[in-house]
Amino acid sequence: MRNVSWAPGLLLAVGGVLALPAAVTAAGQAPTVAPTTASAGDDVGELRRELESLRQDYASRVAALEARLLALEGSQAQAPAPAPAPSPATQTAGASKIFNPDIAAIGNFVGAAGQSPGGGEPSLNMQEAELSFQAVVDPYARADFFVTLGPDEVALEEGYITFPTLPGGLLTKIGKMRDAFGKVNGQHPHTLPFVDRPLVSTNLTGGEDGLADAGISVARLIPNPWLFLEATGQVYQGNSAVFQAPTRGDLAYVGYLRAYQDIGESTNIDLGGSIAYGHNGITADTTTRLIGADATLRWKPLRRSIYTHFLARGELTWSRTGAADGPFDAVGGYGYLEYQFGRRWTAGVRYDNSERAEEPGLRDEGGSFIVTYKPSEFSLVRAQYRRTSFAGEASPANALLFQFLFAIGAHGAHPF
Amino acid sequence: MRFFSVATLAALAFVPPAGAALNVVASTEDLADLTRQVGGDRVKVESISRGYQDPHYVEAKPSFILKLAKADLLVVVGRELEIGWLPPLIQQSRNARIQVGADGYLDASLTAKILEIPTTQITRAMGDVHPLGNPHYWLDPGNGRRVAKAIVDKLSRMAPADAAYFASRYADFDKRLGEAEKRWDAMLAPYKGLKIVTYHRSWPNFADRFGLDVIGYVEPRPGIPPSPGHTIDLIAEMKRQGVKILLVEPYFDLKTPNSIGRETSAKVLVMLPSVGGEKEITDYIKLFDYDLGLLVAAIKETGAK
Repeated sequence: MRNVSWAPGLLLAVGGVLALPAAVTAAGQAPTVAPTTASAGDDVGELRRELESLRQDYASRVAALEARLLALEGSQAQAPAPAPAPSPATQTAGASKIFNPDIAAIGNFVGAAGQSPGGGEPSLNMQEAELSFQAVVDPYARADFFVTLGPDEVALEEGYITFPTLPGGLLTKIGKMRDAFGKVNGQHPHTLPFVDRPLVSTNLTGGEDGLADAGISVARLIPNPWLFLEATGQVYQGNSAVFQAPTRGDLAYVGYLRAYQDIGESTNIDLGGSIAYGHNGITADTTTRLIGADATLRWKPLRRSIYTHFLARGELTWSRTGAADGPFDAVGGYGYLEYQFGRRWTAGVRYDNSERAEEPGLRDEGGSFIVTYKPSEFSLVRAQYRRTSFAGEASPANALLFQFLFAIGAHGAHPF
Repeated sequence: MRFFSVATLAALAFVPPAGAALNVVASTEDLADLTRQVGGDRVKVESISRGYQDPHYVEAKPSFILKLAKADLLVVVGRELEIGWLPPLIQQSRNARIQVGADGYLDASLTAKILEIPTTQITRAMGDVHPLGNPHYWLDPGNGRRVAKAIVDKLSRMAPADAAYFASRYADFDKRLGEAEKRWDAMLAPYKGLKIVTYHRSWPNFADRFGLDVIGYVEPRPGIPPSPGHTIDLIAEMKRQGVKILLVEPYFDLKTPNSIGRETSAKVLVMLPSVGGEKEITDYIKLFDYDLGLLVAAIKETGAK
């Protein structure tokens, strides 16, 4: 359809270009030819014959083009009615647009008041805008890009190709990814149920940027008759908030084992164990080892699934950081409870407790209340009251955070 | 060597032996039943969502990945109904047979009659408008027949040896559905043009097929919960037009519909959009028997017209 619609215009243009020189030569040459002397009579006659043949040639070409134009217009008018259920995409978008990736933009605006260590969050901050581009590459792979535009930097948050159907059931990803270490580390800021990241993330696993690196990830289901069991193995370059490779051979490794089981149709349990190991760059041969455990209990009655749910989640992380003056051990974790009490309303409470990776004996502790209001699937408003006792500070820091999240563009998958 | 044999066994466990029943996973119970109707004992069918669940908001649970991992055929409603949960499940299934565009992926909407395909620019200011048309098309028995035919064609290509069996199952289903349609048409014949209100836009195909006139929705826009202003307008409109029937899907809260019912003396009916919504609705034909029975009883009770 689309090809036909511009074809008449093109034909007209081509016809016009062909006809134009004929008119110009006819109008321009005749007067200059007429006053010439008789001795040039043979030349004039020759020119006249040439002109005549040219005119006939163009006339026949224009006639042929007009005939084709008419035929095309006719066929367009009598084009068969569209198929019973045509996809609007094919009607409204050009063929090339159909292959454009799914694009979405998510704005994450965060405001803060009260005390936080080191100045903490800015009062009003467009923390990030995330752009996502997602599409199928070819029959064998798909690709996902997430670009974050922060106040001071543009970064590739993730960008990877996924091969979902390799032999042996190996779900393979290659590119830059957030490491499969526990639950919170893999989540983008806009999918977290709180405004900030838990203290354990900040202290032990790299905070907002988290463990994210360029590498290769392979995940396989482990067949068994009892439960969902998935093992993930990842190899990274060693260039993240925790891991730094002094030489090219010092890769970082991540392993994750996830077990999931339904307990009836409303309730399920999700357990995970993670390990991450790699050079930390403090000296040429010091390494960091992280071990994580996570547990999630979800409850969501199917008949009322859009109105209520309950979630309980805990994560623990043990960290051993090698340094010139001996390895430092630190442990931290958080516990989070969430209850949806209306179609648009969710309340949560979080307890934080974490030592600091390289400052043994220093322990931060805190708690938060979180309320989230979701006008629709595509926007939310969130408030969080946070009280934190930082090691070495005389009095606890109280802070009030609020957040606006808004998404436009392609409809992504709902988080689970 | 031992590891190798374990891995081989594991890999073999995912390949169906020749002649065994085809493993079919359907995204809803309606599609699962239509597959059962025509597939008989040559297919093993499971549904991902339950009939009393809002099909827009199914959770992408890993247990569904295990079902999809061994499926030979995946039947989906399409029209972006499952956009929030099915794509990640398909991707993590590691199953090449059921990837979008593969032979084992059947979008049931492709041969169905689809209503409400937007003809103008749509935005999310209109709520959760489905850009490819209304996905609740299975609530027209004509579409049930078309979907069953598409499934038969697909099954026959996947298991050519059973094609005659599937064809005879389809002929039988077609006959039973035809007889049921005569019965349903007779039930509804006196009430052509009956004005109703529904909670969500789930019923355009149903209303179209059975001659009902949907004059409004409890949701101000698709997917947007009721607002006081819209509810007041709706009550006024229902009173003006004398609407006595309000249909609500089983997964919506009844508070607003009940208060509308009290104001307008309309009957609030929990109509089931899917097989399995109640225990007694065990198949596609019983779904219409149940819903139409409920509707006609309410019409008689309220004297609606």
